[in-house]
Amino acid sequence: MENKLYVSMSPHIHGGDSISRKMWDVIIALIPALLVSLYFFGLGSLLVTSVSIASCVLFEYLIARFLLKQESTLRDGSAILTGLLLAFNLPSNLPLWIVVIGALVAIGMAKMSFGGLGNNIFNPALVGRVFLLISFPQQMTSWPLPKPFNLHYLDAATGATPLSVMKSSRFDRLPDMLDMFIGNTGGSLGEVAAAALILGGLFLLIRKVITWHIPVSILLTVYIFTGILRVANPEVYADPLSHLLTGGLMLGAIFMATDYVTSPMVKKGQVIYGIGIGIITVCIRVFGSYPEGVSFAILMMNGVTPLINAYCKPKRFGEVKKK
Amino acid sequence: MRTFSMGGIHPPENKISAGKAIEQVPLPAQVAILLNQHSGAPAVPVVQRGDRVKTGQLIAEAAGYISANIHSSVTGKVLKLDEVYDASGYRCQAVIIEVEPADEWTEEVVLNSTLKRDCTLSPEEIIQKIKEAGVVGMGGASFPSHVKLSPPPGTKPEVLIVNAAECEPYLTSDHQLMLEKGMEIIVGTKITMMALKVNRAVIAIENNKPDAITLLERLAIPYSQIDVMPLAVHYPQGGEKQLIEAVLGRHVPSGALPVVTGAIVLNVGSIFANYEAVQKNKPVIDRVVCVTGKSVKKPGNYLCRIGTSVQDLIDFAGGMPDSTAKVISGGPMMGKALINTQVPVTKGTSGVLLMDGNEAHRNEVYNCIRCGDCIEACPMGLEPYLLMSLSELSEWEAMEKECIMNCIECGCCSYVCPSNRPLLDHLRVGKFKVGAIIRGRKNQ
Ligand code: SF4
Ligand code: SF4
Repeated sequence: MENKLYVSMSPHIHGGDSISRKMWDVIIALIPALLVSLYFFGLGSLLVTSVSIASCVLFEYLIARFLLKQESTLRDGSAILTGLLLAFNLPSNLPLWIVVIGALVAIGMAKMSFGGLGNNIFNPALVGRVFLLISFPQQMTSWPLPKPFNLHYLDAATGATPLSVMKSSRFDRLPDMLDMFIGNTGGSLGEVAAAALILGGLFLLIRKVITWHIPVSILLTVYIFTGILRVANPEVYADPLSHLLTGGLMLGAIFMATDYVTSPMVKKGQVIYGIGIGIITVCIRVFGSYPEGVSFAILMMNGVTPLINAYCKPKRFGEVKKK
Repeated sequence: MRTFSMGGIHPPENKISAGKAIEQVPLPAQVAILLNQHSGAPAVPVVQRGDRVKTGQLIAEAAGYISANIHSSVTGKVLKLDEVYDASGYRCQAVIIEVEPADEWTEEVVLNSTLKRDCTLSPEEIIQKIKEAGVVGMGGASFPSHVKLSPPPGTKPEVLIVNAAECEPYLTSDHQLMLEKGMEIIVGTKITMMALKVNRAVIAIENNKPDAITLLERLAIPYSQIDVMPLAVHYPQGGEKQLIEAVLGRHVPSGALPVVTGAIVLNVGSIFANYEAVQKNKPVIDRVVCVTGKSVKKPGNYLCRIGTSVQDLIDFAGGMPDSTAKVISGGPMMGKALINTQVPVTKGTSGVLLMDGNEAHRNEVYNCIRCGDCIEACPMGLEPYLLMSLSELSEWEAMEKECIMNCIECGCCSYVCPSNRPLLDHLRVGKFKVGAIIRGRKNQ
C-alpha cells in the first residue's frame, strides 16, 4: 500500500472547469442566432455553416496530425466554434469553395501556425473573414435579402444592407427598427439577429463565460460616439440605435471581441480594449471607405492586446503607493 | 455578511466529519515526535536514548527566539533519536519513544477538566507560560505563539482576531473543538488579550458553522470585549491577510507585518492551547485531528497524542479503504500529500484526508487560453498565468517585479484553471528562488 500513494503538491482538488465547457457554452449561446439565420436565409445559411464547421475541424485535425504531429485537440470544441463564428461572418450565398479557403486561413494561418489554441494573437474567424473580404470583395459584399425558408442558395436575391444605406445617408430607406432587432434584414448570416445574439450573450454572462466589460464598453462607446455625431449633424449621420443594431456590431461585441485568447485579461484592460474597438468601428463606418468596420477594429485591438496586458496590472493586495 | 474583497473561490465544503464528537485515540505503541514542528529553528533534544520520560516532560528545547519547546506526549522509554519523514517528505530529526500503557504526568500539569476562569498573571508571565508550553499556530503554519504575542517595538496591537474560519473543505477539527470547549476558548481568548494588552477580540467564524457561532455568542455575553463575527463562506478566508481584511476592512501593506493594521491573528486551536498552558500548566502534547474522506469508514474528530502515526489514526477511523490513492495531511487546498502513512502527527496537523484515485487524479494540461480566471481568483491580485510562464523561463527578476513574494500559496489559481495548468507548482519554485535571491541581497 505504502508505495502506491500518489504524491503531488497542493491544491489537491480542481474546480472542474474546462476549456471544452467554456467552448460548448459559447456554441450553445450561438444557437438562437443560428436558428434565426436558418429561418431568414434558409438553405444558403445551412450549407455555408455546415461547410465552414466541417472544414475547420478537418483542417485542424490534419494540421495537428500531420504537420505538427501533436495529439488531436479537437475535443476542446474550439475548431467547431471557429467554424461557426466564421460562417456567422459570411454572406449566406457565398460559394462553398470560398468558405473552405476562409476556413483554411482561419485555422491554418491564424491559429495553428502560432501553436494552436492559446498562442494566436488574432481572432482566427476574423482573420479568415478579412482575408476573404480582401480577396473576394465582390462575393463577400453582396448579401441576400431575408426571405423565410429561402431555398435559393447562390441565386438568392441580393440587396442593400442597412449599413450601406446608412453610409449613403438615405435614412428613410432604413428598415424598421423591429426588423433590425429580430434579424429581418440583409447581412452576414449570423450577424443580423440582434435579439438572438443578446440572448446568447445573457446566457454567457449567467454561465460566467464572459463578463460585461468588453461587450458593454464597445456598445456604449459606439452609442455615445455616434450619438454625438448625430446631434452634430442629423442629415449626415445615422441615429445611434441603428448603429448598434446593424452590421456585425452585436456579433462582434458579444462573441468575437470576447474571445479569451485575443482579448486582454485584466478587467481594466478589457474596458480600454472595448473603448478602442468602439472608436475604431465608428471611424471606419462613418469616415472610412468600407461600410463596416467591426472586424478591422477587433483585429487592430487584438494586436494591441499584448501591450494592454503588459501595462494593465490587477490591483495588488496591500499595494504600497510609490511616492 | 463580511468577507475579503479580492478573488477567492467556493469549493464544495464536504465537511463529512462535522458534528462528530471528539473521540480519544488509544495510546499508540510508539510515537515519533518531530523536532521541527514549528517554523523557525528545530528544537534541540535534551533527552538521550534510554531515558525514561513522563507525559508532559520537556524533551527538546527551543533553539533561539523563533523556535518552540517540545514535550513528551507519552510516558515511556526513549528508543532513539532518528530521522523520519515529515509531512513535506523531508527526513527530519525525531525523538522515538516506546509508550508505556499508563500515563505518568509531570507534577505541575493540572489533570482535572474543571473550567478555570480567573487568571491573575501579568502579561509577561502569561507569555512565558505559553512559550514554555511550546504553543504554536495550530492551523498549519505553526508559527511559535510567544513570538506572535510579542510584537516588535513600535507596533501597537489593538485587536486580537481568533481565526476560526476553518475555510478549508473537509476539515472540522476547529469546529468540533469550539462546540466542545467553547468556554475554554472564551477564557483562552481573554487570557491572550491580557497578554497582548488589547481590549478587543473578534472570534471570526464562517457561517457554515451556525451552531458554533450561536454557542460562542452565548458564552461570550459576560465578556463585553469579545465579539463573535460570522463571515461568509469564502476560501481562503483563514489566510491571515484575508481574515484581517474581512474583520477590520484593513489591508496589510505588501511586505509589512500584519500587526501594522493593529491586528494579531491566532488560530482557535492555539487559543485553546493557550488556555491549557496558562490555566492547567499543560504543554502541547495532543490535539484534535479530523480523519476524513469520502470513503473513510468512521470519519471523525480524534484527540490524539503528538507523534502518533497517521497510520494509527487511520486504523482508528476504520482502516484505510482499498481505494485510497492519496493521503493528505491538512485540507485539500493547502495540505500536503504524504509519501507514507508512518508520518507522525505534529502540533500543526489539523486533519488527515484520504482521497481515492478519481479525486486525486490530475487532469491533462492544455495551453493557457488566457481566460484570466486565475487572475480573478487570486486573492492577492497576482497574475498566476504570467508568473508560471516566467517561472518556466527562470526569469526570477521579472517574477520579483510581478510580486511573486506576495503569493500565499492558497491554490485558488490552480483550482480554477480550465486548462488544468499546475500554476502553483511553478509559482512555488519561483517563490523559493526569488526568496533565496532576496535573502542573498540582504546578507551582502
Ligand atoms: S496560489 Fe498564489 S498566485 Fe495562486 S491564487 Fe493563491 S496567492 Fe494567487
Ligand atoms: S486560468 Fe489557466 S487558462 Fe486561464 S489564464 Fe489562467 S493559466 Fe491561462
